[in-house]
Amino acid sequence: MSTFRKRFLANKTAVFCSILLALLCLTAVLAPVLAPHDPTQMFQDHRMEGSSGEFLLGTDQFGRDLLSRIIYGARVSLVVGLSAVLVSVVFGTLFGLIAGYFGRWIDGFIMRCMDVLFAFPEILLALAIVAVLGPGTFNTIMAIGIVNIPIFTRTVRGAVLSIKNLEYVESARAIGASTPRILFQEILPNVTAPLLVQSSLAISGAILTESALSFLGLGIQPPDPSWGGMISEARRYMELAPGMIIWPCVAMTVTILACNMFGDAVRDILDPRHRGK
Amino acid sequence: MRQPLLEVKSLTKHFTSKQGFFSKEKVVRAVDGVNLTVYPGETVSIVGESGCGKSTTGRCILRLIEPTDGEVFFEGQDIRKLNETELRRARRNMQLVFQDPFASLNPRKTIGQLLEDPLIIHGIGNSVERRKHVEEMIQIVGLSKQQLDRFPHEFSGGQRQRIGIARALILRPKLIVADEPVSALDVSIQAQILNLMQDLQKEFNLTYLFISHDLSVVRHISDRVAVMYLGKVVEVADKQSLYEKPTHPYTQALLSAVPVPNPHLTTQRIILEGDLPSPANPPSGCTFHPRCRHCMDICKTVAPVASEVSRGHFVTCHLEQS
Repeated sequence: MSTFRKRFLANKTAVFCSILLALLCLTAVLAPVLAPHDPTQMFQDHRMEGSSGEFLLGTDQFGRDLLSRIIYGARVSLVVGLSAVLVSVVFGTLFGLIAGYFGRWIDGFIMRCMDVLFAFPEILLALAIVAVLGPGTFNTIMAIGIVNIPIFTRTVRGAVLSIKNLEYVESARAIGASTPRILFQEILPNVTAPLLVQSSLAISGAILTESALSFLGLGIQPPDPSWGGMISEARRYMELAPGMIIWPCVAMTVTILACNMFGDAVRDILDPRHRGK
Repeated sequence: MRQPLLEVKSLTKHFTSKQGFFSKEKVVRAVDGVNLTVYPGETVSIVGESGCGKSTTGRCILRLIEPTDGEVFFEGQDIRKLNETELRRARRNMQLVFQDPFASLNPRKTIGQLLEDPLIIHGIGNSVERRKHVEEMIQIVGLSKQQLDRFPHEFSGGQRQRIGIARALILRPKLIVADEPVSALDVSIQAQILNLMQDLQKEFNLTYLFISHDLSVVRHISDRVAVMYLGKVVEVADKQSLYEKPTHPYTQALLSAVPVPNPHLTTQRIILEGDLPSPANPPSGCTFHPRCRHCMDICKTVAPVASEVSRGHFVTCHLEQS
């Protein structure tokens, strides 16, 4: 693990992106302290204003402070992004381990189910799930989580297939280890690398899907601030107050870029073919 | 008559492979009716060319591969009749040492964890006792307890094989199946590991089933030797008898190929013609007949059965029966 740390610190993209993501998390956690105003408070006399001393990024059509809303929106985006990926990682890993290790019809059954999930476009499936469950933060998390399960199942299954025939797994069987022990103690620690890469890439996708759902009015419900919802509302006032649409977009772009570049950098670090470069 | 520790009766493992949906199933007879008896405290070796089924035999005995047919008695108990839980409990008494010390240790675990695992699995002692046990064991195999917190990649091949042996031994098993334990090591290290295994055998009263293709190594370590050819045992005898009076034509050919460290001594080498036939399509009759120097008509049609040529020396060949 120390070599991983060394290579991580040597990779400028990885360090830069992790600092950016750390700042983002900090912003989300400290939102009540950092935000200059209540994100839902309406200043009736300051509707759709540009930047000013009091409202750094201006206000929206109800006179709510954009900066505060973006800061609180980071909370929603990160919470939804992280929890959704957590849901996918937990179920995807479980399914992937079982499918890869047991093989035969279990593998066939699980993977065909995943193929069915995979066959739908991501956003369409999420929409369908939200339509069934109803809108709201928790349901949005579940919907995005379920949509991403197949990717993790495939990643883990592939890794398990290559690991399960190695001698140390047989060695664990020879000393009398039970199947769950082999799965979680011998195999799981050795699939964390691809899992880590896939997770950091999936977080950005989850944030994007959440925004898309909120944009369509099925994700986070107003008046709670979310970046997707803000963009959706701002659409109508684009010409009058361009700041309303620009700033949430900037926040989202930076977040997603940071996540993606972080994922790419981690993959490069962990990939033995990139070593020594 | 001593009570055997391990008794293998007509052990069979057939792998079936299906190439296409409509093609006929192909059966590979990796192990085809192996009989073997191992007494407590002795070292029995299985030798043979690569692909003759010796590793599969070892794994079938431990049920790491499920045998197709046959019986495996360990201390009088049929291993094949045990259920999953009983089998895991029984594994305490029979352990495997692997060929490749680079692949047989989980790269994510420290040596301490690797050695402690068997104890945790079988619920032996608390964490303090286990640690003590692990420290003792690592010293027995010639490493120091300061190395317990390191990871496998920080060790050399010989050191890793010592760790593999320690891991197999920590449960104090009665039987160790050693699957080519030294063939992945440098020659200088091979001798060290073999001597270590012999010392441990005396110290812990172990029984070894030693699988190897190296006849010199086998001669060094074994009490009795079984020669395998194409999934069958063709000759079993104690070491002396086998190396001095090899009876089966295949054994004779194998032994003639062992280099003799004396330049003045000219030995006549028996060159085996042809390759090892595929176990998916073995020859009729005696499976060795296409490569045998003494091939007779009967060999092509009738499979020979084992006969005792001298005490404890069994040969499966028509020459000895006529």
